[in-house]
Amino acid sequence: MMEEAPTRLGLTVEGWTRLLAPLLIGVAVLGLWEGIVRWKGIPPYVLPGPVLIAETLVKDWGPLSASLLVTLKVTALALLIAATLGLALAVLFAQSRVVELSLFPYAVILQVTPIVAIAPLIIIWVDDITLSLLICAWIVAFFPILSNTTVGLNSTDHNLLDLFRLYRASRWQVLWRLRLPTAMPFFLAGLRISGGLALIGAIVAEFVAGTGGSASGLAYRILEAGFQLQIPRMFAALVLVSATGIAIFLALSLASHLLLRRWHESAMGRGERR
Amino acid sequence: MDQGDSARALVTLAGVAKRYATGTLALRDVSLAIGEGGFLALLGPSGCGKSTLLRMIAGLVAPSQGDISWPGGAAASRDIGFVFQEPTLMPWATALANVALPLELAGMPRREAEARAAAMLARVELKGFEKAYPRALSGGMRMRVSIARALVTRPRLLLMDEPFAALDEITRFRLNNDLLDLWQEERFTVVFVTHSVFESVYLAQRIAVMAARPGRITAELPIGAPYPRGEVFRTSAAYAAQCREVSLALEAAMAARAA
Ligand SMILES: Nc1ncnc2c1ncn2[C@@H]1O[C@H](COP(=O)(O)OP(=O)(O)O)[C@@H](O)[C@H]1O
Ligand SMILES: [Mg+2]
Repeated sequence: MMEEAPTRLGLTVEGWTRLLAPLLIGVAVLGLWEGIVRWKGIPPYVLPGPVLIAETLVKDWGPLSASLLVTLKVTALALLIAATLGLALAVLFAQSRVVELSLFPYAVILQVTPIVAIAPLIIIWVDDITLSLLICAWIVAFFPILSNTTVGLNSTDHNLLDLFRLYRASRWQVLWRLRLPTAMPFFLAGLRISGGLALIGAIVAEFVAGTGGSASGLAYRILEAGFQLQIPRMFAALVLVSATGIAIFLALSLASHLLLRRWHESAMGRGERR
Repeated sequence: MDQGDSARALVTLAGVAKRYATGTLALRDVSLAIGEGGFLALLGPSGCGKSTLLRMIAGLVAPSQGDISWPGGAAASRDIGFVFQEPTLMPWATALANVALPLELAGMPRREAEARAAAMLARVELKGFEKAYPRALSGGMRMRVSIARALVTRPRLLLMDEPFAALDEITRFRLNNDLLDLWQEERFTVVFVTHSVFESVYLAQRIAVMAARPGRITAELPIGAPYPRGEVFRTSAAYAAQCREVSLALEAAMAARAA
Protein backbone atom coordinates (compact mmCIF):
# COMPACT_ATOMS: atom_id res chain seq x y z
CA MET A 1 0.00 0.00 0.00
CA MET A 2 1.08 3.56 -0.60
CA GLU A 3 1.86 5.86 2.29
CA GLU A 4 -0.90 8.15 3.52
CA ALA A 5 -0.52 11.89 2.97
CA PRO A 6 -0.73 13.93 6.22
CA THR A 7 -4.09 15.59 6.83
CA ARG A 8 -5.19 18.90 8.38
CA LEU A 9 -8.77 19.21 9.63
CA GLY A 10 -9.84 16.16 7.65
CA LEU A 11 -8.34 17.19 4.31
CA THR A 12 -4.85 16.77 2.87
CA VAL A 13 -2.85 19.87 1.95
CA GLU A 14 -3.55 18.95 -1.66
CA GLY A 15 -7.27 18.73 -0.83
CA TRP A 16 -7.33 22.17 0.80
CA THR A 17 -5.49 23.68 -2.16
CA ARG A 18 -7.98 22.15 -4.56
CA LEU A 19 -10.84 23.59 -2.53
CA LEU A 20 -9.50 26.99 -1.58
CA ALA A 21 -7.51 28.06 -4.65
CA PRO A 22 -10.46 28.14 -7.09
CA LEU A 23 -12.64 29.67 -4.38
CA LEU A 24 -10.16 32.48 -3.89
CA ILE A 25 -10.02 33.19 -7.62
CA GLY A 26 -13.82 33.22 -7.75
CA VAL A 27 -14.14 35.68 -4.88
CA ALA A 28 -11.47 37.94 -6.40
CA VAL A 29 -13.16 38.01 -9.82
CA LEU A 30 -16.59 38.71 -8.33
CA GLY A 31 -15.13 41.50 -6.16
CA LEU A 32 -13.42 43.07 -9.18
CA TRP A 33 -16.66 42.82 -11.19
CA GLU A 34 -18.70 44.48 -8.43
CA GLY A 35 -16.02 47.15 -8.02
CA ILE A 36 -15.92 48.04 -11.71
CA VAL A 37 -19.70 48.15 -12.01
CA ARG A 38 -19.95 50.55 -9.04
CA TRP A 39 -16.90 52.64 -9.84
CA LYS A 40 -17.82 53.14 -13.53
CA GLY A 41 -21.51 53.47 -12.71
CA ILE A 42 -22.51 50.84 -15.32
CA PRO A 43 -26.32 50.66 -15.42
CA PRO A 44 -27.91 47.28 -14.43
CA TYR A 45 -29.54 46.84 -17.88
CA VAL A 46 -26.07 46.69 -19.40
CA LEU A 47 -24.19 44.76 -16.75
CA PRO A 48 -25.56 44.08 -13.28
CA GLY A 49 -23.09 43.48 -10.45
CA PRO A 50 -22.91 40.16 -8.59
CA VAL A 51 -24.67 41.63 -5.55
CA LEU A 52 -27.67 42.73 -7.59
CA ILE A 53 -27.77 39.35 -9.35
CA ALA A 54 -27.77 37.60 -5.99
CA GLU A 55 -30.56 39.87 -4.75
CA THR A 56 -32.59 39.13 -7.88
CA LEU A 57 -31.99 35.43 -7.40
CA VAL A 58 -33.52 35.65 -3.93
CA LYS A 59 -36.33 38.04 -4.91
CA ASP A 60 -37.42 36.05 -8.00
CA TRP A 61 -36.76 32.65 -6.46
CA GLY A 62 -40.42 31.62 -6.90
CA PRO A 63 -40.64 31.65 -10.74
CA LEU A 64 -36.93 30.86 -11.15
CA SER A 65 -37.04 27.75 -8.99
CA ALA A 66 -40.18 26.57 -10.80
CA SER A 67 -38.31 26.92 -14.10
CA LEU A 68 -35.27 25.23 -12.65
CA LEU A 69 -37.41 22.27 -11.71
CA VAL A 70 -38.83 22.02 -15.24
CA THR A 71 -35.36 22.05 -16.84
CA LEU A 72 -34.00 19.68 -14.25
CA LYS A 73 -36.80 17.19 -14.86
CA VAL A 74 -36.25 17.18 -18.62
CA THR A 75 -32.48 16.83 -18.14
CA ALA A 76 -32.69 14.03 -15.60
CA LEU A 77 -35.26 12.05 -17.54
CA ALA A 78 -33.32 12.47 -20.80
CA LEU A 79 -30.15 11.30 -19.07
CA LEU A 80 -31.91 8.32 -17.55
CA ILE A 81 -33.32 7.22 -20.89
CA ALA A 82 -29.99 7.85 -22.62
CA ALA A 83 -28.18 5.76 -20.01
CA THR A 84 -30.66 2.90 -20.21
CA LEU A 85 -30.90 2.83 -24.00
CA GLY A 86 -27.17 3.46 -24.48
CA LEU A 87 -26.26 0.60 -22.20
CA ALA A 88 -28.85 -1.72 -23.72
CA LEU A 89 -27.79 -0.96 -27.28
CA ALA A 90 -24.10 -1.32 -26.40
CA VAL A 91 -24.83 -4.76 -24.92
CA LEU A 92 -26.70 -5.67 -28.10
CA PHE A 93 -23.70 -4.49 -30.16
CA ALA A 94 -21.40 -6.65 -28.05
CA GLN A 95 -23.57 -9.68 -28.69
CA SER A 96 -23.87 -9.22 -32.43
CA ARG A 97 -21.26 -7.71 -34.71
CA VAL A 98 -23.79 -7.45 -37.54
CA VAL A 99 -26.14 -5.34 -35.44
CA GLU A 100 -23.24 -3.12 -34.41
CA LEU A 101 -22.04 -2.62 -37.98
CA SER A 102 -25.52 -1.84 -39.26
CA LEU A 103 -26.65 0.54 -36.49
CA PHE A 104 -23.50 2.34 -35.36
CA PRO A 105 -23.30 4.69 -38.39
CA TYR A 106 -26.79 5.99 -37.58
CA ALA A 107 -25.79 6.65 -33.99
CA VAL A 108 -22.91 8.69 -35.39
CA ILE A 109 -25.27 10.63 -37.68
CA LEU A 110 -27.44 11.39 -34.67
CA GLN A 111 -24.35 12.64 -32.89
CA VAL A 112 -22.87 14.88 -35.58
CA THR A 113 -26.12 16.59 -36.60
CA PRO A 114 -26.30 19.91 -34.68
CA ILE A 115 -29.18 19.81 -32.26
CA VAL A 116 -30.14 23.44 -33.00
CA ALA A 117 -30.76 22.42 -36.60
CA ILE A 118 -33.10 19.52 -35.88
CA ALA A 119 -34.81 20.89 -32.77
CA PRO A 120 -37.36 22.95 -34.81
CA LEU A 121 -38.34 19.84 -36.78
CA ILE A 122 -38.77 17.77 -33.67
CA ILE A 123 -40.86 20.49 -32.07
CA ILE A 124 -43.09 20.61 -35.16
CA TRP A 125 -43.44 16.83 -35.42
CA VAL A 126 -44.04 16.15 -31.76
CA ASP A 127 -47.17 17.76 -30.36
CA ASP A 128 -46.21 17.61 -26.74
CA ILE A 129 -43.62 20.27 -25.96
CA THR A 130 -42.13 18.52 -22.94
CA LEU A 131 -41.73 15.37 -24.99
CA SER A 132 -39.93 17.22 -27.78
CA LEU A 133 -37.57 18.85 -25.27
CA LEU A 134 -36.93 15.41 -23.86
CA ILE A 135 -36.12 13.99 -27.29
CA CYS A 136 -33.68 16.81 -28.03
CA ALA A 137 -31.89 16.40 -24.71
CA TRP A 138 -31.81 12.64 -25.21
CA ILE A 139 -30.28 12.90 -28.70
CA VAL A 140 -27.22 14.78 -27.45
CA ALA A 141 -26.85 12.68 -24.28
CA PHE A 142 -27.16 9.32 -25.96
CA PHE A 143 -24.00 8.98 -28.03
CA PRO A 144 -21.22 9.35 -25.42
CA ILE A 145 -22.83 6.65 -23.33
CA LEU A 146 -23.32 4.32 -26.28
CA SER A 147 -19.82 4.72 -27.71
CA ASN A 148 -18.03 4.61 -24.36
CA THR A 149 -19.90 1.53 -23.21
CA THR A 150 -19.29 -0.18 -26.55
CA VAL A 151 -15.55 0.40 -26.20
CA GLY A 152 -15.71 -0.81 -22.60
CA LEU A 153 -17.53 -4.03 -23.47
CA ASN A 154 -14.82 -4.78 -26.04
CA SER A 155 -11.91 -4.04 -23.68
CA THR A 156 -12.11 -7.35 -21.87
CA ASP A 157 -8.81 -8.97 -20.90
CA HIS A 158 -8.14 -11.80 -23.37
CA ASN A 159 -6.76 -14.11 -20.72
CA LEU A 160 -9.83 -13.60 -18.56
CA LEU A 161 -11.99 -14.44 -21.57
CA ASP A 162 -9.95 -17.62 -22.01
CA LEU A 163 -10.42 -18.42 -18.35
CA PHE A 164 -14.19 -18.10 -18.69
CA ARG A 165 -13.99 -20.31 -21.76
CA LEU A 166 -11.95 -22.89 -19.85
CA TYR A 167 -14.69 -23.08 -17.24
CA ARG A 168 -17.35 -23.28 -19.94
CA ALA A 169 -19.09 -20.08 -18.90
CA SER A 170 -22.31 -19.28 -20.74
CA ARG A 171 -22.65 -16.18 -22.91
CA TRP A 172 -24.75 -14.66 -20.17
CA GLN A 173 -22.11 -15.36 -17.50
CA VAL A 174 -19.42 -13.81 -19.68
CA LEU A 175 -21.57 -10.72 -20.18
CA TRP A 176 -22.70 -10.34 -16.59
CA ARG A 177 -19.54 -11.31 -14.74
CA LEU A 178 -16.86 -10.13 -17.16
CA ARG A 179 -17.90 -7.74 -19.92
CA LEU A 180 -20.22 -5.49 -17.93
CA PRO A 181 -17.84 -4.98 -14.98
CA THR A 182 -15.03 -4.23 -17.45
CA ALA A 183 -17.26 -1.68 -19.17
CA MET A 184 -18.38 -0.02 -15.94
CA PRO A 185 -15.66 2.71 -15.77
CA PHE A 186 -16.21 3.48 -19.46
CA PHE A 187 -19.96 3.72 -18.99
CA LEU A 188 -19.55 6.04 -16.01
CA ALA A 189 -17.14 8.28 -17.93
CA GLY A 190 -19.74 8.48 -20.71
CA LEU A 191 -22.43 9.27 -18.19
CA ARG A 192 -20.40 12.17 -16.82
CA ILE A 193 -20.04 13.70 -20.27
CA SER A 194 -23.69 13.08 -21.08
CA GLY A 195 -24.93 14.75 -17.88
CA GLY A 196 -23.68 18.13 -19.06
CA LEU A 197 -24.80 17.48 -22.63
CA ALA A 198 -28.34 16.59 -21.57
CA LEU A 199 -28.63 19.95 -19.81
CA ILE A 200 -27.29 21.78 -22.88
CA GLY A 201 -29.69 19.82 -25.10
CA ALA A 202 -32.63 20.72 -22.91
CA ILE A 203 -31.69 24.41 -22.80
CA VAL A 204 -31.08 24.64 -26.55
CA ALA A 205 -34.42 22.99 -27.30
CA GLU A 206 -36.18 25.36 -24.92
CA PHE A 207 -34.59 28.31 -26.68
CA VAL A 208 -35.80 27.04 -30.04
CA ALA A 209 -39.27 26.24 -28.71
CA GLY A 210 -39.59 29.52 -26.84
CA THR A 211 -42.40 27.90 -24.95
CA GLY A 212 -44.76 29.81 -22.70
CA GLY A 213 -47.29 28.64 -20.17
CA SER A 214 -46.72 26.46 -17.20
CA ALA A 215 -44.01 24.15 -18.48
CA SER A 216 -41.35 26.76 -19.07
CA GLY A 217 -37.76 26.10 -18.10
CA LEU A 218 -34.73 28.25 -17.41
CA ALA A 219 -34.05 29.05 -21.05
CA TYR A 220 -37.52 30.52 -21.33
CA ARG A 221 -36.79 32.71 -18.28
CA ILE A 222 -33.64 33.96 -19.98
CA LEU A 223 -35.53 34.75 -23.20
CA GLU A 224 -38.37 36.41 -21.31
CA ALA A 225 -36.09 38.52 -19.17
CA GLY A 226 -34.19 39.54 -22.31
CA PHE A 227 -37.37 40.78 -24.02
CA GLN A 228 -38.38 42.68 -20.90
CA LEU A 229 -34.86 44.08 -20.49
CA GLN A 230 -34.73 42.62 -16.97
CA ILE A 231 -31.04 41.95 -17.33
CA PRO A 232 -30.36 41.11 -13.64
CA ARG A 233 -33.02 38.41 -13.86
CA MET A 234 -31.46 37.10 -17.06
CA PHE A 235 -28.15 36.82 -15.26
CA ALA A 236 -29.80 35.14 -12.30
CA ALA A 237 -31.29 32.47 -14.60
CA LEU A 238 -27.91 32.08 -16.28
CA VAL A 239 -26.28 31.55 -12.89
CA LEU A 240 -28.82 28.82 -12.18
CA VAL A 241 -28.07 27.09 -15.49
CA SER A 242 -24.34 27.05 -14.75
CA ALA A 243 -24.89 25.95 -11.16
CA THR A 244 -27.11 23.11 -12.38
CA GLY A 245 -24.45 21.98 -14.85
CA ILE A 246 -21.80 22.00 -12.14
CA ALA A 247 -24.08 20.17 -9.71
CA ILE A 248 -24.85 17.45 -12.27
CA PHE A 249 -21.16 17.00 -13.02
CA LEU A 250 -20.23 16.82 -9.34
CA ALA A 251 -23.04 14.41 -8.52
CA LEU A 252 -22.08 12.06 -11.37
CA SER A 253 -18.39 12.30 -10.46
CA LEU A 254 -19.20 11.40 -6.89
CA ALA A 255 -21.37 8.47 -7.96
CA SER A 256 -18.59 7.26 -10.25
CA HIS A 257 -16.00 7.61 -7.49
CA LEU A 258 -18.12 5.70 -4.99
CA LEU A 259 -18.76 2.88 -7.44
CA LEU A 260 -15.15 2.48 -8.55
CA ARG A 261 -13.03 3.56 -5.60
CA ARG A 262 -12.30 0.08 -4.36
CA TRP A 263 -10.75 -1.21 -7.54
CA HIS A 264 -10.26 1.23 -10.39
CA GLU A 265 -7.17 3.38 -11.05
CA SER A 266 -9.23 6.42 -12.06
CA ALA A 267 -10.87 6.52 -8.64
CA MET A 268 -7.63 6.43 -6.65
CA GLY A 269 -6.82 9.43 -4.47
CA ARG A 270 -4.17 11.83 -5.75
CA GLY A 271 -1.70 10.82 -3.05
CA GLU A 272 -2.19 7.15 -3.78
CA ARG A 273 -1.52 7.34 -7.48
CA ARG A 274 2.06 7.16 -8.65
CA MET B 1 10.27 -41.37 -5.40
CA ASP B 2 8.82 -41.66 -8.85
CA GLN B 3 5.41 -40.16 -9.31
CA GLY B 4 3.79 -40.46 -12.65
CA ASP B 5 6.59 -41.03 -15.09
CA SER B 6 5.90 -44.72 -15.27
CA ALA B 7 2.24 -44.23 -14.37
CA ARG B 8 -0.41 -44.20 -17.06
CA ALA B 9 -0.78 -41.10 -19.16
CA LEU B 10 -3.43 -38.52 -18.27
CA VAL B 11 -3.17 -36.99 -21.71
CA THR B 12 -1.19 -37.86 -24.82
CA LEU B 13 -0.37 -35.77 -27.87
CA ALA B 14 0.35 -37.60 -31.11
CA GLY B 15 1.81 -35.80 -34.13
CA VAL B 16 0.25 -32.50 -33.13
CA ALA B 17 0.83 -29.43 -35.28
CA LYS B 18 -0.54 -25.92 -35.15
CA ARG B 19 -0.58 -23.39 -37.95
CA TYR B 20 -2.23 -20.09 -37.05
CA ALA B 21 -4.43 -18.22 -39.50
CA THR B 22 -1.52 -15.80 -39.97
CA GLY B 23 0.50 -18.64 -41.51
CA THR B 24 2.86 -19.07 -38.54
CA LEU B 25 3.71 -22.70 -37.95
CA ALA B 26 3.76 -22.59 -34.14
CA LEU B 27 4.19 -26.32 -33.57
CA ARG B 28 5.18 -29.24 -35.76
CA ASP B 29 4.83 -32.95 -35.07
CA VAL B 30 4.70 -32.82 -31.29
CA SER B 31 4.23 -36.13 -29.52
CA LEU B 32 4.16 -36.20 -25.78
CA ALA B 33 2.71 -38.31 -22.99
CA ILE B 34 1.85 -36.53 -19.77
CA GLY B 35 1.88 -38.99 -16.90
CA GLU B 36 -0.88 -38.80 -14.31
CA GLY B 37 0.35 -37.17 -11.11
CA GLY B 38 3.66 -36.07 -12.67
CA PHE B 39 5.40 -32.73 -12.83
CA LEU B 40 6.44 -31.92 -16.39
CA ALA B 41 8.26 -28.75 -17.40
CA LEU B 42 8.17 -27.37 -20.94
CA LEU B 43 11.42 -25.48 -21.44
CA GLY B 44 12.31 -23.38 -24.45
CA PRO B 45 13.08 -19.92 -25.82
CA SER B 46 10.21 -17.52 -26.34
CA GLY B 47 8.29 -18.11 -29.53
CA CYS B 48 8.85 -21.88 -29.58
CA GLY B 49 5.17 -22.60 -29.05
CA LYS B 50 5.06 -23.34 -25.31
CA SER B 51 1.93 -21.29 -24.74
CA THR B 52 0.32 -22.71 -27.83
CA LEU B 53 0.98 -26.25 -26.62
CA LEU B 54 -0.42 -25.48 -23.18
CA ARG B 55 -3.51 -23.79 -24.58
CA MET B 56 -4.06 -26.75 -26.86
CA ILE B 57 -4.07 -29.13 -23.91
CA ALA B 58 -6.54 -26.79 -22.19
CA GLY B 59 -8.82 -26.95 -25.23
CA LEU B 60 -8.48 -23.21 -25.87
CA VAL B 61 -6.75 -23.75 -29.22
CA ALA B 62 -7.57 -26.52 -31.68
CA PRO B 63 -4.69 -28.45 -33.26
CA SER B 64 -4.46 -28.20 -37.04
CA GLN B 65 -3.10 -31.75 -37.20
CA GLY B 66 -2.69 -34.71 -34.91
CA ASP B 67 -4.58 -35.95 -31.89
CA ILE B 68 -4.89 -35.09 -28.26
CA SER B 69 -6.36 -37.97 -26.30
CA TRP B 70 -7.29 -38.58 -22.70
CA PRO B 71 -6.74 -42.32 -22.02
CA GLY B 72 -8.54 -42.21 -18.68
CA GLY B 73 -11.65 -40.65 -20.19
CA ALA B 74 -12.51 -37.29 -21.73
CA ALA B 75 -13.91 -36.05 -18.41
CA ALA B 76 -10.33 -35.23 -17.43
CA SER B 77 -10.13 -32.73 -20.29
CA ARG B 78 -12.67 -30.59 -18.45
CA ASP B 79 -10.92 -30.97 -15.12
CA ILE B 80 -8.20 -28.37 -15.62
CA GLY B 81 -6.80 -25.38 -13.77
CA PHE B 82 -4.85 -22.73 -15.68
CA VAL B 83 -2.40 -20.14 -14.38
CA PHE B 84 -1.30 -17.39 -16.76
CA GLN B 85 1.93 -15.40 -16.73
CA GLU B 86 -0.01 -12.44 -15.38
CA PRO B 87 -2.23 -13.10 -12.36
CA THR B 88 -5.24 -12.27 -14.57
CA LEU B 89 -7.57 -11.43 -11.71
CA MET B 90 -10.81 -9.52 -11.99
CA PRO B 91 -9.89 -6.11 -10.50
CA TRP B 92 -13.47 -5.40 -9.40
CA ALA B 93 -13.68 -8.56 -7.30
CA THR B 94 -12.10 -9.40 -3.96
CA ALA B 95 -9.52 -12.15 -3.59
CA LEU B 96 -12.28 -14.39 -2.27
CA ALA B 97 -14.65 -13.66 -5.15
CA ASN B 98 -11.84 -14.22 -7.66
CA VAL B 99 -11.06 -17.63 -6.22
CA ALA B 100 -14.74 -18.56 -5.97
CA LEU B 101 -15.32 -17.73 -9.64
CA PRO B 102 -14.73 -21.20 -11.19
CA LEU B 103 -17.08 -22.79 -8.67
CA GLU B 104 -19.78 -20.19 -9.21
CA LEU B 105 -19.48 -20.51 -12.99
CA ALA B 106 -20.16 -24.20 -12.50
CA GLY B 107 -23.35 -23.32 -10.65
CA MET B 108 -22.28 -23.89 -7.06
CA PRO B 109 -24.28 -21.77 -4.56
CA ARG B 110 -22.35 -18.68 -3.50
CA ARG B 111 -22.04 -19.58 0.18
CA GLU B 112 -20.53 -22.97 -0.48
CA ALA B 113 -18.28 -21.60 -3.22
CA GLU B 114 -16.98 -18.88 -0.91
CA ALA B 115 -16.37 -21.31 1.91
CA ARG B 116 -14.23 -23.45 -0.39
CA ALA B 117 -12.50 -20.42 -1.80
CA ALA B 118 -11.63 -19.24 1.72
CA ALA B 119 -10.16 -22.65 2.52
CA MET B 120 -8.11 -22.54 -0.69
CA LEU B 121 -6.85 -19.04 0.08
CA ALA B 122 -5.68 -20.33 3.43
CA ARG B 123 -3.82 -23.13 1.60
CA VAL B 124 -1.82 -20.56 -0.37
CA GLU B 125 -1.09 -18.63 2.83
CA LEU B 126 -3.51 -15.77 2.17
CA LYS B 127 -5.73 -16.18 5.21
CA GLY B 128 -6.96 -12.74 6.21
CA PHE B 129 -6.79 -11.33 2.67
CA GLU B 130 -10.23 -12.59 1.57
CA LYS B 131 -11.71 -9.08 1.36
CA ALA B 132 -8.67 -7.49 -0.33
CA TYR B 133 -8.93 -6.25 -3.89
CA PRO B 134 -6.14 -7.25 -6.32
CA ARG B 135 -4.92 -3.65 -6.41
CA ALA B 136 -4.02 -3.84 -2.73
CA LEU B 137 -1.98 -7.05 -3.09
CA SER B 138 1.68 -7.48 -4.01
CA GLY B 139 2.70 -9.28 -7.20
CA GLY B 140 3.50 -12.48 -5.32
CA MET B 141 0.21 -12.39 -3.45
CA ARG B 142 -1.74 -11.85 -6.67
CA MET B 143 -0.03 -14.90 -8.13
CA ARG B 144 -1.02 -16.88 -5.04
CA VAL B 145 -4.65 -15.84 -5.57
CA SER B 146 -4.33 -16.95 -9.18
CA ILE B 147 -2.99 -20.34 -8.09
CA ALA B 148 -5.76 -20.69 -5.51
CA ARG B 149 -8.32 -19.98 -8.22
CA ALA B 150 -6.79 -22.64 -10.48
CA LEU B 151 -6.80 -25.22 -7.68
CA VAL B 152 -10.17 -24.46 -6.09
CA THR B 153 -11.99 -26.93 -8.33
CA ARG B 154 -9.49 -29.64 -7.29
CA PRO B 155 -8.48 -30.21 -10.92
CA ARG B 156 -6.60 -33.29 -12.06
CA LEU B 157 -4.39 -31.20 -14.31
CA LEU B 158 -2.76 -27.86 -13.51
CA LEU B 159 -1.38 -25.94 -16.48
CA MET B 160 0.98 -23.05 -15.70
CA ASP B 161 2.31 -20.66 -18.33
CA GLU B 162 5.48 -18.98 -17.02
CA PRO B 163 3.60 -18.13 -13.83
CA PHE B 164 6.53 -16.71 -11.88
CA ALA B 165 8.47 -15.04 -14.70
CA ALA B 166 7.45 -11.54 -13.65
CA LEU B 167 8.29 -11.96 -9.96
CA ASP B 168 11.50 -11.13 -8.13
CA GLU B 169 13.82 -14.03 -7.33
CA ILE B 170 13.08 -14.25 -3.61
CA THR B 171 9.33 -14.36 -4.21
CA ARG B 172 9.84 -16.83 -7.04
CA PHE B 173 11.83 -19.23 -4.84
CA ARG B 174 9.16 -19.13 -2.15
CA LEU B 175 6.39 -19.77 -4.65
CA ASN B 176 8.43 -22.62 -6.18
CA ASN B 177 8.59 -24.30 -2.78
CA ASP B 178 4.94 -23.68 -1.99
CA LEU B 179 3.89 -25.04 -5.37
CA LEU B 180 5.91 -28.22 -4.78
CA ASP B 181 4.31 -28.61 -1.33
CA LEU B 182 0.82 -28.27 -2.79
CA TRP B 183 1.65 -30.75 -5.53
CA GLN B 184 3.06 -33.25 -3.03
CA GLU B 185 -0.06 -33.03 -0.90
CA GLU B 186 -2.77 -32.94 -3.55
CA ARG B 187 -1.23 -35.14 -6.24
CA PHE B 188 -2.56 -33.30 -9.27
CA THR B 189 -0.65 -33.38 -12.54
CA VAL B 190 1.39 -30.31 -13.46
CA VAL B 191 2.56 -29.01 -16.82
CA PHE B 192 4.78 -26.01 -16.09
CA VAL B 193 5.99 -23.73 -18.88
CA THR B 194 9.19 -21.82 -18.24
CA HIS B 195 12.17 -20.37 -20.05
CA SER B 196 14.38 -20.79 -16.99
CA VAL B 197 16.68 -23.81 -16.90
CA PHE B 198 17.17 -23.39 -13.15
CA GLU B 199 13.47 -23.24 -12.40
CA SER B 200 12.65 -26.26 -14.54
CA VAL B 201 15.35 -28.41 -12.93
CA TYR B 202 14.34 -27.35 -9.45
CA LEU B 203 10.66 -28.16 -9.97
CA ALA B 204 10.16 -30.89 -12.51
CA GLN B 205 10.40 -34.66 -12.66
CA ARG B 206 10.76 -34.45 -16.39
CA ILE B 207 11.72 -31.66 -18.77
CA ALA B 208 10.66 -31.44 -22.39
CA VAL B 209 13.13 -29.18 -24.19
CA MET B 210 11.68 -27.25 -27.11
CA ALA B 211 13.12 -25.47 -30.13
CA ALA B 212 11.60 -22.72 -32.26
CA ARG B 213 10.75 -22.17 -35.93
CA PRO B 214 8.94 -24.44 -36.13
CA GLY B 215 8.16 -25.23 -32.49
CA ARG B 216 8.96 -28.82 -31.57
CA ILE B 217 10.21 -30.99 -28.74
CA THR B 218 13.88 -31.88 -29.19
CA ALA B 219 14.68 -33.74 -25.98
CA GLU B 220 13.07 -35.16 -22.86
CA LEU B 221 15.18 -35.35 -19.75
CA PRO B 222 14.27 -36.94 -16.42
CA ILE B 223 15.33 -35.14 -13.24
CA GLY B 224 15.90 -37.88 -10.70
CA ALA B 225 16.30 -35.86 -7.52
CA PRO B 226 13.84 -36.87 -4.81
CA TYR B 227 11.16 -34.66 -3.29
CA PRO B 228 10.81 -32.68 -1.14
CA ARG B 229 13.43 -30.52 -2.77
CA GLY B 230 14.52 -27.54 -0.72
CA GLU B 231 17.30 -25.03 -0.50
CA VAL B 232 19.72 -27.89 0.10
CA PHE B 233 18.93 -29.25 -3.36
CA ARG B 234 19.11 -25.77 -4.89
CA THR B 235 22.72 -25.43 -3.72
CA SER B 236 23.82 -29.04 -4.32
CA ALA B 237 26.33 -30.31 -6.87
CA ALA B 238 23.67 -32.66 -8.24
CA TYR B 239 21.44 -29.65 -9.04
CA ALA B 240 24.32 -27.86 -10.75
CA ALA B 241 25.10 -30.94 -12.82
CA GLN B 242 21.47 -31.33 -13.88
CA CYS B 243 21.27 -27.66 -14.82
CA ARG B 244 24.37 -28.08 -16.93
CA GLU B 245 22.92 -31.10 -18.69
CA VAL B 246 19.64 -29.31 -19.42
CA SER B 247 21.47 -26.17 -20.58
CA LEU B 248 23.42 -28.24 -23.07
CA ALA B 249 20.23 -29.85 -24.36
CA LEU B 250 18.68 -26.40 -24.74
CA GLU B 251 21.74 -25.11 -26.54
CA ALA B 252 21.65 -28.07 -28.92
CA ALA B 253 17.96 -27.43 -29.50
CA MET B 254 18.59 -23.80 -30.35
CA ALA B 255 21.50 -24.64 -32.65
CA ALA B 256 19.64 -27.34 -34.56
CA ARG B 257 17.86 -26.23 -37.70
CA ALA B 258 14.57 -27.79 -38.56
CA ALA B 259 15.25 -31.21 -40.09
N1 LIG C 1 -3.11 -16.21 -31.81
C1 LIG C 1 -2.00 -16.25 -32.59
N2 LIG C 1 -2.10 -15.93 -33.89
C2 LIG C 1 -1.01 -15.98 -34.70
N3 LIG C 1 0.20 -16.36 -34.30
C3 LIG C 1 0.35 -16.69 -33.02
C4 LIG C 1 -0.73 -16.65 -32.09
N4 LIG C 1 -0.28 -17.04 -30.89
C5 LIG C 1 1.03 -17.30 -31.04
N5 LIG C 1 1.43 -17.10 -32.32
C6 LIG C 1 2.77 -17.32 -32.87
O1 LIG C 1 3.12 -18.66 -32.66
C7 LIG C 1 4.47 -18.79 -32.24
C8 LIG C 1 4.52 -19.47 -30.89
O2 LIG C 1 3.93 -18.62 -29.92
P1 LIG C 1 3.75 -19.04 -28.40
O3 LIG C 1 3.01 -20.32 -28.34
O4 LIG C 1 3.16 -17.88 -27.68
O5 LIG C 1 5.26 -19.25 -27.96
P2 LIG C 1 5.93 -19.16 -26.51
O6 LIG C 1 4.85 -19.26 -25.49
O7 LIG C 1 6.90 -20.29 -26.46
O8 LIG C 1 6.65 -17.85 -26.45
C9 LIG C 1 5.04 -17.39 -32.22
O9 LIG C 1 5.74 -17.18 -33.43
C10 LIG C 1 3.83 -16.51 -32.15
O10 LIG C 1 4.06 -15.29 -32.80
MG1 LIG D 1 4.30 -17.91 -23.93
